[in-house]
Amino acid sequence: MSENQIKNIEAEFDARIARDEKIEPKDWMPEKYRQTHIRQISQHAHSEIVGMLPEGNWITRAPSLRRKVALLAKVQDEAGHGLYLYSACETLGISRDELYEQLHTGKAKYSSIFNYPTITWADIGAIGWLVDGAAIINQVPLCNTSYGPYARAMIRVCKEESFHQRQGYEIMMTLAEGTKEQKTMAQDALNRWWWPSLMMFGPTDAESVHTAQSMKWKLKRKTNDELRQQFVDQTVPQAELIGLTVPDPDLKWNDERQSYDFGAIDWDEFWQVVKGHGPMNKQRINARVSAWENGEWVRDAAMAYAKKQEESRTKQAM
Amino acid sequence: MMKEELYEYILGVADNSLILGQRLGELCGHGPSLETDIACTNISLDLFGQTRSYFQYAAKLIGNDATEDTVAFLRTEREYRNVLLVEQPNTDFAYTIARQFLFDVFHFLFLDQLKNSNDLNLSAIANKAIKEVSYHQRFSTDWIKRLGDGTPESAQRIQAAIDDLWRYTDELFHTSNIDDKIIEAGIGVNLSELKDPYYSRVIQVLEESKLVTPESKWFQKGGKAGVHTEHMGYILSDMQYMQRTFPNMTW
Ligand SMILES: [Fe+2]
Ligand SMILES: [Fe+2]
Ligand SMILES: [Fe+2]
Repeated sequence: MSENQIKNIEAEFDARIARDEKIEPKDWMPEKYRQTHIRQISQHAHSEIVGMLPEGNWITRAPSLRRKVALLAKVQDEAGHGLYLYSACETLGISRDELYEQLHTGKAKYSSIFNYPTITWADIGAIGWLVDGAAIINQVPLCNTSYGPYARAMIRVCKEESFHQRQGYEIMMTLAEGTKEQKTMAQDALNRWWWPSLMMFGPTDAESVHTAQSMKWKLKRKTNDELRQQFVDQTVPQAELIGLTVPDPDLKWNDERQSYDFGAIDWDEFWQVVKGHGPMNKQRINARVSAWENGEWVRDAAMAYAKKQEESRTKQAM
Repeated sequence: MMKEELYEYILGVADNSLILGQRLGELCGHGPSLETDIACTNISLDLFGQTRSYFQYAAKLIGNDATEDTVAFLRTEREYRNVLLVEQPNTDFAYTIARQFLFDVFHFLFLDQLKNSNDLNLSAIANKAIKEVSYHQRFSTDWIKRLGDGTPESAQRIQAAIDDLWRYTDELFHTSNIDDKIIEAGIGVNLSELKDPYYSRVIQVLEESKLVTPESKWFQKGGKAGVHTEHMGYILSDMQYMQRTFPNMTW
């Protein structure tokens, strides 16, 4: 293809996206589009499965049978999200094994929030309320993103995430209405999870590298800072409603903007965790790697068995 | 038939689901593949769902502000009635599957009888649970075959797990004085009648999986009388942690 022809196809591709048409796996796409989508979708898939670990940490200790069942179901949903997202990513011509490899070697990232430990039961409430809450704000716009398989996966995922968010908030509400110890536990969890949740929206717009291109491809509809503001505005009244205090002395309603002003985020902490030096980065990756390595003989056995079955079927057919 | 006896009987049934569900819950996020993780979580969810139905009923029987949670969490180790088999650890995926299979075959036969119970609560629970357990049994049977007839390593591992867990199978069929009364009342299941179909089904699957049926006739027992293996205390310290640390609270 001549340079001109490529330019024409690219212009047509951009026009399709601008018309809100979906790009499907078999359609032509610019290499950069493919790579960006592999990066973003796999990062999202990895976040789902690494996110199972901090929450899975409380399954055996959940305080009631009802909570235990709800938590198991939630963690199972996250595994399901991982599954759809890996499948969506595989349509771009990369295998699940390669994607795992990237996660295990640290080449691919996952949401940094999961590098914080879950040390009390209230952390399970805080994760549902804040982390799933922030995830929804990030993800709802993706239900209309340009890549078809990703958009369709996100529609399913978002429905379940909003259920998780309500469930998490309900855990927090129960604690906040409970005994002194329970209230303290809830406030302590909010104190520890608030700032990392704000960091989930990524660096400030001034420092975000990908925004312009991502906007064009509808991987993004709003900037990081706009989404972060939306989260703060939505969450602060929820905290107030159950008598918890958001741990930010600079938090103040701004009448003019009709929004909350909030304090400065500790970006040093953000980059430290992103670069692999958060409280739980090593443990999270180790857990994934050992699950994978310990499971190798199982996957090999399943493959060998399937092959034998296949062979005996062909033999019978002959 | 006394309420207390029925209560005890229900514990003997439900504690198996509770403790096996708890063991499977440990695996969430650590399995060999996302698909097996989802399946094990599913089975765990079913077992806890059954546990809740049994314990809600049991709590009503004893009254005194008992709830499904006081029954599940606030007993001492000696008061849990589950068989030793279900409390055995997730040593590796082969042990998880072998434990599941050896229990599922029993569980299915058991529920198939409990469906006919004179006690409408128990028969309703059994009718719902048996659909779930028939899926569990299919899952664990399929994996026994995959591992048994997969690679030399998988065959060796699943054989080791079966050999090791075999000694806990006989206890599934032990009966107590309470069983006798409960069977007489048309409420409970005559376990001794399940023994032959159980071993013939298990042996058939092992053969199809190219595995050897253990010959050992030395069996372990005790769970049904509350005398557990050393694992049980650790299971309970996790499971009861919140209830014991923060007593009398709503979660
Ligand atoms: Fe998510
Ligand atoms: Fe999710
Ligand atoms: Fe979620």
